[in-house]
Amino acid sequence: MGEALRGLGVSPGRTAGPVIRIAGPPALPDPRPVTDAVAEAAVAARALDAVAEDLERRAAAAGDPEAADILEAQAMMARDPMLADGCAENCDAGMDAPHALDAAFAVHRRALVDAGGYFAERAADLDDLRNRAVAAALGLPTPGVPAPGHPFVLVAEDLSPADTAGLDDTVLALVTEKGGPTGHTAILARGRGLPAVVGCAGALTLDDGTLVSVDGATGEVGTGLTSSDAERVRTAGARERAERGRGEGPGRTADGHPVKLLLNIGSARDLADGAEGVGLFRTEFLFLGRRTEPSLEEQVAAYSAVFSRTPLVVVRTLDAGTDKPLPFLGLPQEPNPALGVRGLRVARLLPGVLDTQLEAIARAADATGAEPWVMAPMVTTAGEAAEFASRARARGIARVGVMVEVPAAALHADRLLREADFLSIGTNDLSQYTLAADRQHPGLADLLDPWQPALLELIGRCAEAGRAAGKPVGVCGEAAGDPRLAPVLAGLGVTSLSMAAVCVPDVRAALAARTLAECRELAAEALAADPRPPSS
Amino acid sequence: MPERTVAVASSSGLHARPAKIFVQAAARQGVPVRIRVGEGKPVPASSMLGVLSLGAVHGTQVTLDADGPGAEAALETLVALLARDLDAVDG
Repeated sequence: MGEALRGLGVSPGRTAGPVIRIAGPPALPDPRPVTDAVAEAAVAARALDAVAEDLERRAAAAGDPEAADILEAQAMMARDPMLADGCAENCDAGMDAPHALDAAFAVHRRALVDAGGYFAERAADLDDLRNRAVAAALGLPTPGVPAPGHPFVLVAEDLSPADTAGLDDTVLALVTEKGGPTGHTAILARGRGLPAVVGCAGALTLDDGTLVSVDGATGEVGTGLTSSDAERVRTAGARERAERGRGEGPGRTADGHPVKLLLNIGSARDLADGAEGVGLFRTEFLFLGRRTEPSLEEQVAAYSAVFSRTPLVVVRTLDAGTDKPLPFLGLPQEPNPALGVRGLRVARLLPGVLDTQLEAIARAADATGAEPWVMAPMVTTAGEAAEFASRARARGIARVGVMVEVPAAALHADRLLREADFLSIGTNDLSQYTLAADRQHPGLADLLDPWQPALLELIGRCAEAGRAAGKPVGVCGEAAGDPRLAPVLAGLGVTSLSMAAVCVPDVRAALAARTLAECRELAAEALAADPRPPSS
Repeated sequence: MPERTVAVASSSGLHARPAKIFVQAAARQGVPVRIRVGEGKPVPASSMLGVLSLGAVHGTQVTLDADGPGAEAALETLVALLARDLDAVDG
């Protein structure tokens, strides 16, 4: 095998296959003089045809009728007679095909934006069509997630949520040049059990079709493989996956100290065997893409579907706000959404949304006989914790907790625990706020490293407060699924770790390999370590 | 030129699925049909982008016009379509 590229392994597993890169939006070259307007118009028309045909093919292949509907509607836009007429007129006026397309799309984009509301949201679809059509006219690769019809390793600068939603089963692994351990790509990859390497410099220099191996634990991307090498890596990876899946039983250190292994889920679909319950039931997925609030009955049904299948569930109330906007909340834009109205703070403006959700959780608990634990995101003060607890208890919810994502909350963990029955530490946001580093910032991944001693110190402080109060303190951020960090968190005194199902076997094995005393030593070393230098 | 005015009955307006069904039906008529809101600029009813740019929501009054043989029948068909809730239609 040849030389290797190196990045950050964010989702374990080994595989190998041919690279396919996601092309970015095409750059528009300088306008060129046009001698044959009819020929230019024909190039533009062919580009639109090609885009429409591709969408129609995908619509026909789409399993789900709703996805097919959306793709068909997009194909109808590409086949729009007004668009074709506009391009022809632009060519008559002397534009080359790519500029004629660009200008014609711009007119319709403006019209949609002017129409406002959900019509304006279609502008993004039009931008996507514009990029595809301009790329086709320039003879460039089609932007967006490729669908080659065979297994491949997807390589991109970074992946947008829209890109990742379109990934199908032919994707073997994800490799991105940007991104960090708590980014969208990492979370998605772990959720789907796809090996992934992020922050991998030079990944985009790999040519399409190059065979690479991907190790999502070490972050190594190997090149120079023969097809039999690739086959060997895939076989070995599949065997390792099967072996990892065999471990079972509750989380324990080598000497039997229990650390609960729980799942992070978004809906009943994410439930999997092998864990001891659900440590983070994210309820946003019920609310995403909605123009109106989901009804009480709909929420009761969705929560009941989870409660009826697992004995221990920690439900997090809606975690949205100006950082994760939801149309029906109608919150104004803010200059600094990470420090704005988000999480529990939304209840200051819209208390009804939280009350309805708490009512639905309580009714689902009654209907299923479950005793869900309920916690609020982005709690900052003990006063907020008290207010949330009283609202939840008023509806008969017995175990009420708060998430610790804000340094102020971690510093006052003892006061929070006077109001709440448990704490759950969201390490992704707690890192962002403690180290003052934007979670999305590609250049600050070293600060967001969960090994940062300042972050570990706050986690230890929360765990200590829990021990003193005799109440559970768990971790549910991405750090909880890292098998190297799990013994450290156990050593700090954390009582449960909640993670994507794919991470459970490795974390269980990592805990079982060490005694509690060894975990405490590891924790002491990690607290005393120098912060890691920025990676070059 | 014959024209007809009707209120959009679909709950999501002339958007998404209802827009798709309407535009496909308009393209099937043997005669060009135009659609406008109030005294606004008419757009071809067979243009998805034109129809979306009307910004017609539930209850918006839209006016269709067409000329030539078969115009009345085409308008009749399309007005009947707009008067139904196309969000609730199968197929």
